[in-house]
Amino acid sequence: MTIALDLAYVAPTSLEDALGQLADGDATTVLLAGGTDVIARLRDDAIQPTRLVDIKRIPGLSSVEIRKGSLHVGCLVTFSDLLASDLVQDRFPGLEEMARLVASVGIRNRATVVGNICSAVPSCDAGPVLLTHDAVIHTTSPAGERAIPIDRWFVGPRRTAIEDGEIVTHLTVPVPRNHHGAAYARLSRTRGEDLAQASVAVLLEPGHRYRVAFGAVAASALRARRIEALIAGSRVDAELVDRAVDLVHDEVAPITDVRATAHYRLRMCEVMLRRALTAATGRAAGDGPRYDVALI
Amino acid sequence: MRHAITLRVNDEVRTLDVEPSDVLLEVLRGRVGLTSPKAGCERGDCGACTVLLDHRTVRSCLILAVEVDGHEIVTVEGLGIDGLTALQERLIELSAFQCGYCAPGVILSAAELLAETSDPTREEVQEAIAGNLCRCTGYAPIVDAVLAATRAPAGAPTPEV
Ligand code: FES
Ligand code: FES
Repeated sequence: MTIALDLAYVAPTSLEDALGQLADGDATTVLLAGGTDVIARLRDDAIQPTRLVDIKRIPGLSSVEIRKGSLHVGCLVTFSDLLASDLVQDRFPGLEEMARLVASVGIRNRATVVGNICSAVPSCDAGPVLLTHDAVIHTTSPAGERAIPIDRWFVGPRRTAIEDGEIVTHLTVPVPRNHHGAAYARLSRTRGEDLAQASVAVLLEPGHRYRVAFGAVAASALRARRIEALIAGSRVDAELVDRAVDLVHDEVAPITDVRATAHYRLRMCEVMLRRALTAATGRAAGDGPRYDVALI
Repeated sequence: MRHAITLRVNDEVRTLDVEPSDVLLEVLRGRVGLTSPKAGCERGDCGACTVLLDHRTVRSCLILAVEVDGHEIVTVEGLGIDGLTALQERLIELSAFQCGYCAPGVILSAAELLAETSDPTREEVQEAIAGNLCRCTGYAPIVDAVLAATRAPAGAPTPEV
């Protein structure tokens, strides 16, 4: 099985050059970073670009560091890079928990976090966790730079707020306050390779400030605002967890596909919300489950 | 348009002319003559095509040959260049594989883990090879052999089978 396309390939060494390649209207251009999605789609004939712009030779796009109170994640940072970062381990355990659950080592070594939210499949793992962390996506184009809050980023399956000619250079994630608790529960059929069938992310910051998001149960990852409103400001106990779980069917709209039925997804969202809320609350208090123990 | 790429494959520098659409797996197998990376799913799911790219496991079915210009590839042929590694010896002694189709990918995934940690837990071994599907063994003998390789250095007495 080969790729039957007449493709041009360029590997610019500066962002300006890459933007110029994107702006050149003579070609249908696709950006290439880790390629775990793009190459699979090329092989499937799901996309037919005439030119690939490989951005991996552009310097300065691989940093994972704190800048102005936020984690700066360059667009070439892979899931393995996140896992290898002491900074992420110490201050963003929720991102680490998520990265560990993505596919397998061989994919994580290549797949980028930014690529994951740019391909924007409904089951993307970074989506729900970055939603709970109030991440911001930063783009650049000849028209200038834009900062797009992640809750306005996903607009549908494989559709985002990116505009023609733009490149996502990095995303930023505000440092969660001390004594926060995060949780990401991810349901899949097999360990290693499967996409998420459904997922739930929770972030609890001091002052009972909860963020809740779901993945793979709607057209794109989404914040669960009704659940957040219900539990905001309260100490989450068993009774409140029950009431939050009762709202799940108002928040998500799962479909039936080859990986799970809508009914199963919905029921498991309830189970996972219960576990994630309990785990995040416990972790914030210092007595929750370890971050490297899968919640489901 | 063809591109001339130069890469180090199993410690040998190779220069190749490739089309942008040429997939690394096919170039390694068909042009370089390295047949240990296998074509399985060819969409990133099975791990049979695993190679080391700059010492990290990757899916060679999801990488274009042009992308690795200037980089280093190691396959199982290169891993055992000075004779079998302790890992490979334990896998053989414990008959860890059956058909062997998954073996090159599993060996490289385990080798990557062992390069990072000399004393992995069973859980860490399972995680390291979770992306390498095996249709024959049920994985247990493979995990046992990888763990045995961490305990018995090359030349040490063979563990009981
Ligand atoms: S052949 Fe590459 S992952 Fe299956
Ligand atoms: S031994 Fe046959 S696939 Fe693993």
